[in-house]
Amino acid sequence: MFRKKKHAAPEATFKEVWSKGNIATKLSFFFMGSNALANKQWVKGIALLLAEVAFIAWFVFSGISAISMLSSLGPIKNKKVVYDNAQGVYITKQPSNSVLILLFGLLAIIICIAMVYLYIVNLRSTRKNYVLQRDGKHILTNKEELANLFDSRLHDTLMTFPIIGILCFTILPTIFMISMAFTNYNRQHPIAFSWTGFQAFGNVLSGDLSGTFFPVLGWTLVWAVAATATTFFFGVLLALLIESKGIKHKGFWRTIFVIVWAVPQFVSLLMMAQFLDYQGALNNILMNIGWISHPLHFIDSQASPLVARITVIIVNMWIGIPVSMLVSTAIIQNLPTDQIEAAKIDGANALQVFKSITFPQILFVMAPSLIQQFIGNINNFNVIFLLTGGAPMNNKYNGAGSTDLLVTWLYNLTFGQEQRYNASAVLGILIFIISAVFSLIAYRHTNAFKEG
Amino acid sequence: MKSYQNQKRLSLIFRYLLLIILAVAWILPIIWIILASFSYNDTGFVSTFWPDKFTFDNYIGIFTNSQYPLVSWIINTLIVSILSMIISTFLTISVAYVLSRLRFSFRKPFMQIALVLGMFPGFMSMIALYYILKGLNMLNLGGLLLVYVGGAGLGFYVAKGFFDTVPFSIDEAAEIDGATKWQIFMHVDLPLAKPMIVYTALTAFIGPWTDFIFSGIILSTSGNPKTYTIAYGLYNMVHNTKGNATAYFAEFVAGCVIIAIPITILFVFMQKFYVNGITAGAEKG
Repeated sequence: MFRKKKHAAPEATFKEVWSKGNIATKLSFFFMGSNALANKQWVKGIALLLAEVAFIAWFVFSGISAISMLSSLGPIKNKKVVYDNAQGVYITKQPSNSVLILLFGLLAIIICIAMVYLYIVNLRSTRKNYVLQRDGKHILTNKEELANLFDSRLHDTLMTFPIIGILCFTILPTIFMISMAFTNYNRQHPIAFSWTGFQAFGNVLSGDLSGTFFPVLGWTLVWAVAATATTFFFGVLLALLIESKGIKHKGFWRTIFVIVWAVPQFVSLLMMAQFLDYQGALNNILMNIGWISHPLHFIDSQASPLVARITVIIVNMWIGIPVSMLVSTAIIQNLPTDQIEAAKIDGANALQVFKSITFPQILFVMAPSLIQQFIGNINNFNVIFLLTGGAPMNNKYNGAGSTDLLVTWLYNLTFGQEQRYNASAVLGILIFIISAVFSLIAYRHTNAFKEG
Repeated sequence: MKSYQNQKRLSLIFRYLLLIILAVAWILPIIWIILASFSYNDTGFVSTFWPDKFTFDNYIGIFTNSQYPLVSWIINTLIVSILSMIISTFLTISVAYVLSRLRFSFRKPFMQIALVLGMFPGFMSMIALYYILKGLNMLNLGGLLLVYVGGAGLGFYVAKGFFDTVPFSIDEAAEIDGATKWQIFMHVDLPLAKPMIVYTALTAFIGPWTDFIFSGIILSTSGNPKTYTIAYGLYNMVHNTKGNATAYFAEFVAGCVIIAIPITILFVFMQKFYVNGITAGAEKG
């Protein structure tokens, strides 16, 4: 997957283009698009030239300062009063807004990289025209160039807007957050902060947050395994039950379960939290039946951590089993039946057929999506946040409760009282590393992700 | 022979019994939500399964409540979700098609980058998004729309899996007949992908109706409930009422039911596409 393809050697080196090209060709090493303009490819030439002019103007007026500020993240770290000699008065200097400096600095770097890419595009197009001219072939006209955007270069046309969107709203924020992990952006440094290297990592892995990080990490992994395994296993069983011989109105039964999955989670989980409350309906029902004499604490702040964790896993089964039931139903319907029939003739009972034939086959087909579900469960924000909000709180933890996962803790560190933005960025990176490790293991063991 | 039939019948009864118990267990909380929305209550807490007293007041109340303007929320969400649906569907389908059908040097790096980006927890980047939108002076519904649309190019997996199953020979036949790639895309492959377009559009449409995290961060700064979307508005309602005054809890439930019904119907309708998408990706193994 990560192998590099061999590129065919270009028909002419840039050195040749430079030494043997005409004036316009040479010029396009400095003024992008001049070769295209000389060949009457107006739209391309003007676009490239304008891009260069705009870039240089931007770079001189704000690009340089944006990038140079990156190294210090702003000169003024604290609010201070200084004497201004020119005006002869005391003035208050506000601390520099490091968040914006970092953001614009990164944006400037991305723009520079985009410009370098555009420059390479310009050189390639120049080379192409040079080769065509040298070999006496037809150089594309302006009209043909534009038509090409909808034919052999359709991918450029269709990918432009999505890539701009991804750059601005996914890549830039992600890089921003990664860099934040190497600063001291927290409650003590809310406006101006500076680079501190791996200090925040140290805090999380061995400092004051490590007493929370490792237990929460442990519970996150236990949760992810338990949540994935229970929903998968019981989902398969439920699918087999509905698909078994003699059950009528299969679609109706499936729909009943699917409804639970289809209700928006902020509705079903918030209401589930009320349902399971100390004064909630479930306790009421159980007391009316006479199974319990006094209400139980399931997920509220006074619940025991173990009960709360088990309840969360069970509620997750309520939400998750319908999905895995749906998926395994589709797989079961497509399974070859000859093996099962042969086994039945040999006298295997239903349990043996399930254990030795059906289940391994489903497991084989579903392995890749199981890994995805596992990673999804590591990041399962909704279930914990809406259901328990991390409760019951744990005194030994720093800003987290007993049912908090790494992601909900990350959220608390950012938006809660703690305001340790750098630590939450570190958590994000660690979650990424965990997900990446599990994905890599999965990709090595399944063929399903290989390119067709 | 008779005992075999008896055994068979017993097994069927047992299976039906199990299925009924499970179905009841699954649907009971949902029924409770609907019942709670009709229950008369002033304690801010629905602690019984069967309401003591039925009333329509909650539904009337949620539509006339000036503190929690449900109608504005619905209109806001409708605007955002329809625009997001149109733009995201276009972006997602374009990317999926290009990655599935066209070959170019940036194709593999793009898919690898998409894979890596997908492993970062989504809201890790929320602080950055907040400041980007603040810088653009867009902490409003427009900014929210940008966030929903901005990531659309990365949600191509299901649609790409679909395009991979459409035979390439159709494209080749069209190419021999002199069609450009754009014509093949527009007139050959897109009509074939109609179910996929419906699925992508519905997913994009439902997103804004169920997202309370991004909408909360972006819209809450305005402090004006009229600018909220429905998910954040309702979430905010119960979030605020949980601690102190809980007078609006039953109205919150009524609002939830109003929203949940159309979304649930859409989801049930979409389940087939969803399953096909997952298993299509898996069957390649």
